Amino acid sequence: MRELSLNVLDIAQNSISAGASLVTLSVCEDTANDWLTLTIADNGRGMTPEQLDRVRDPFYTTRTTRKVGMGIPLFRMAAEMAGGGLTIESVVGVGTTVTATFCLSHIDRMPLGDMAGTVSALIRLNPQLDFLYRHEVDGNVFELDTRALREVLEDVPLCEPDVMEWINGTLAEGLLPLNSQA
Amino acid sequence: MKSIAELQAIRDQARAKIAMREGSHEGTRIVVGMATCGIAAGARPVLNAFVEEIAKRNIQNVSVVQTGCIGMCQFEPIVEVLAPGKEKVTYGLMDAEKAVRVVTDHIVNGNPVAEYTVAKLMK
Repeated sequence: MRELSLNVLDIAQNSISAGASLVTLSVCEDTANDWLTLTIADNGRGMTPEQLDRVRDPFYTTRTTRKVGMGIPLFRMAAEMAGGGLTIESVVGVGTTVTATFCLSHIDRMPLGDMAGTVSALIRLNPQLDFLYRHEVDGNVFELDTRALREVLEDVPLCEPDVMEWINGTLAEGLLPLNSQA
Repeated sequence: MKSIAELQAIRDQARAKIAMREGSHEGTRIVVGMATCGIAAGARPVLNAFVEEIAKRNIQNVSVVQTGCIGMCQFEPIVEVLAPGKEKVTYGLMDAEKAVRVVTDHIVNGNPVAEYTVAKLMK
């Protein structure tokens, strides 16, 4: 993976396979403390403590469910390479939260990359699910919540080309003033 | 600035377009591999190129969907095109530029791009 936003796209697929109806993607840049925190949280079926233990193992994957594989180990490696780490909290029936931290100025921290592209791809491919994207840079926040868009759209699906164009435009306009350094 | 009022207008126009599409024949499916291997190899720009090109050309009845790993990770990004009544075409080592050509040659004109197919790449 050349961008952290690709890891986010990959990890979000686990939430989708876990039957989540809402996936929250959050990016928090704190330049004062030199930290970048990425969170992927879902309300999917969750994992048992035993499954959680094995997620660390790159050779643990269940071909029948494809819940995990190289995704988590690659994300963990990216975090650890940049002086941070990865934690997973999961409760069966409640959901899973994956949190990765990075030292912002670490020379080996991969660039965040195209988060708008990741959010856009997730919405386009999963119009029946809801996504909440929150991006914070030193207290300035941009948020996109598909639940709010759905209220406006009523019966029109999120994946309609004109709707996607509006979403892409909103992402671009909303992220620009944040002046992300990640 | 994008506004909610704009989204409401888009909704009303989209309703008319959806109504027009209803009852038309079953369409082509473009399936993009979006497992870890596909994403790492560059599936996201490929997917977004397909979506943009189809929207730009106002092509109806083509759906773009994702799949997992189909076991040919060395050829990712992999894209399958399933047109009704035609044999499945599997493209490998795709990028955004190739995606645009697949839309123009294969989706619009019905001529699969032989040189991008996995069958060709394996030779």
